[in-house]
Amino acid sequence: MIEVKDLHKSFGEAHILKGISTNFEKGKTNLIIGQSGSGKTVFLKCLLGLFDYEKGSIAYEGRIISEMKPDEKGNLRAEIGMVFQGSALFDSMTIAENVMFPLRMFTKQSKSEMEDRVDFVLKRVNLPDAHHKMPSEASGGMQKRVAIARAIVNNPKYLFCDEPNSGLDPKTAIVIDNLIQEITDEYQMTTVINSHDMNSVMEIGEKIVFLKDGLKEWEGSKDTIFKTDNKAVTDFVYSSNLFKKVRRMYIEENQ
Amino acid sequence: MKYLHNIGVYFLMIKDMFRKPTKWSVMRTLILKDIDDLIINSLGIVAFISFFVGGVVAIQTSLNISNPLIPKYLVGFATRQSIILEFAPTFISIIMAGKVGSFITSSIGTMRVTEQIDALEVMGINALNYLVFPKFIALSLYPFIISIAMFLGVLGGLAACVYGGYGTFEDYIQGIQTDFIPFHIVYAFIKTLVFAILLATIPSFYGYYMKGGALEVGKASTTSFVWTSVVIILANYFLTSLLLG
Repeated sequence: MIEVKDLHKSFGEAHILKGISTNFEKGKTNLIIGQSGSGKTVFLKCLLGLFDYEKGSIAYEGRIISEMKPDEKGNLRAEIGMVFQGSALFDSMTIAENVMFPLRMFTKQSKSEMEDRVDFVLKRVNLPDAHHKMPSEASGGMQKRVAIARAIVNNPKYLFCDEPNSGLDPKTAIVIDNLIQEITDEYQMTTVINSHDMNSVMEIGEKIVFLKDGLKEWEGSKDTIFKTDNKAVTDFVYSSNLFKKVRRMYIEENQ
Repeated sequence: MKYLHNIGVYFLMIKDMFRKPTKWSVMRTLILKDIDDLIINSLGIVAFISFFVGGVVAIQTSLNISNPLIPKYLVGFATRQSIILEFAPTFISIIMAGKVGSFITSSIGTMRVTEQIDALEVMGINALNYLVFPKFIALSLYPFIISIAMFLGVLGGLAACVYGGYGTFEDYIQGIQTDFIPFHIVYAFIKTLVFAILLATIPSFYGYYMKGGALEVGKASTTSFVWTSVVIILANYFLTSLLLG
């Protein structure tokens, strides 16, 4: 579990995070949603330890980031897998080399052990024959799956995904969502997803944190988001006519 | 103030480059790759330019000597001095600031734009050590390039002189042996090593700390070339004053 208490972060005079408190549970897909500029990316980067924060605390199973020594932070980093918005695959490496990279850096496994593990995770993300392709030869959806494979290859306890569906067609986006949820269940990871995608919210939002202007405006799940009266949430989530209709039908069905 | 801030960040970057070293088995591969990219791949252009500039220096010197009292071997002497003292170490370094420097800035800058550097940092890898240190080590072989440039420059002068009819083989050989001071070679290699450090670190600085998108990668490459050249020229002036003045 990741516990966040009263988190504040500023850049110069711009106060981006204004006291966020929440927690992200183990074995669940936790979504952070909100409009552009609401502080989602800064929040995610604070969680990852890429940004220092001025006030508050972030604790991984009770281990507070700001109180960690550099080697403890290094150990924590080895427990984290991250899927970036643009996949962030290393251009100069093949797909297999990309996935093998964390193993080469952080384990003492033999080459054959590493290759076996790479084969396993590439099969797990349904890319059994992509080993020798370069990232530039892979489609957006394939790149995302490779990024997921790289993130999970070292058995992380925590998986972070920054807009994993951006730039993908709706069908591929659902494949990626389902893959993330399956992996979260399978490995019992704490998964935190930064998302704009309302399909993801409805499909895999086991816990949802809605940010507005650097504050936590609302939190709940995919089930409670249909019923909420919070205007900021309903304006954001049900901004399209389709979602408004879906919500109305859901409420009518459940009355 | 911005320049002072950047100079401070540059020196902190150099300090951080040595922190938290990357696993040797990975670093070895990176160094070999950078030797290939930065040194081996530059040999062709350096050889071509050196040979022909050496030839041009010999022709120009010959054409500008009209006084019969000036010995013919001066062509070889002037070519050797120009090539060893300035052309090979400094002029080639300016060319390398364009070729190698823009390659370093654009490759690191692209990694920044596409979040590859963030990916390294999230994994707990010291991105500066991973990206810049191998280039720093690879460019420690830069004097090898300069020695080839010196040799080919003098050879180009010989070829232009003899085959262009500007002097004899014997005069040219006598010229390149006249008043040879071995310290000039030491001076040239000291400069070369300093320029190698600048060539590895200044373009890396502009790539690593760039912000924005693809357009900014291009701008960063241009800025990096300008500043690497400026610093090389300034360093050349101070080193020359210090070592030969």
